Amino acid sequence: MTAERFGFPQPWLSLTLFVVWQALSDGVSGGSVVLGAILAIIIPQITHRFWPDSPTLHRPWVFIRFLAIVFYDIIVASFAVAVLIINTREPRPAFVSYPLTLKHPRAITMLASTISLTPGTVSADVSDDGKLLLIHALDVDDDAELIRNIHHRYEKPLLEVFQ
Amino acid sequence: MESLHPIAEVIISVLLVTGGFFTLVGALGLVRLSDFYSRLHGPTKATTVGVGSIVGASMIYFSMKDWKLAIAEILIMLFLFLTAPISANILAKAAMHLRVRRSENTRGQPWDQ
Repeated sequence: MTAERFGFPQPWLSLTLFVVWQALSDGVSGGSVVLGAILAIIIPQITHRFWPDSPTLHRPWVFIRFLAIVFYDIIVASFAVAVLIINTREPRPAFVSYPLTLKHPRAITMLASTISLTPGTVSADVSDDGKLLLIHALDVDDDAELIRNIHHRYEKPLLEVFQ
Repeated sequence: MESLHPIAEVIISVLLVTGGFFTLVGALGLVRLSDFYSRLHGPTKATTVGVGSIVGASMIYFSMKDWKLAIAEILIMLFLFLTAPISANILAKAAMHLRVRRSENTRGQPWDQ
């Protein structure tokens, strides 16, 4: 515990905080570097207990490809939902239970956030045992296809990155 | 106001119109969709593509005008993308807890746990 007190328990979090602080303070200056360094040391220490165990990230290129897929899907799905809203046809909403393969809570959070960010699906809840994710979809024909899609496009890359 | 390069102006205009369009559609969705859960989808779209395009336009404009990369906009986008799914998730959870009415043609059930 004492060894951790003055170290960087979350090096990536520290680095992110430092970079974000430089960006927020409108240009790098002596003051922003000092304050950024102080924040990068103190915030991970304070929030240390919120992160019981951090998963290691494998294969960063898979993660970058995943982000590209998500970005593309957000744009395509936005147009689909826009058409749906303007159209007079009634949408067919559905609650879908998605069986999770991911185990780590942070990986599940990433998947749930991805599902919420892509328009047309919102993740509503995770079951208490962490095995099912409840998704509300705005307009679906085939629940099985939605599940298959999410599995192939989002969960598989996340499985590679987190496990 | 000094004028920018015409190509930059075209790109900025297209992004602004796209952003405005998606924000408008998101607002229309609030009026048109039939139940709470469906209405939840409107705002998530307005934040992702709508705000994304407007912020992108702002980024190009200020980067071209001052010849300095505008980073604050990237942060706006980052924070929005981090927080939007969480608020949508909490709203959906609250609605399920309160057993908000669903439209009749909804298939499937929310859980009870």
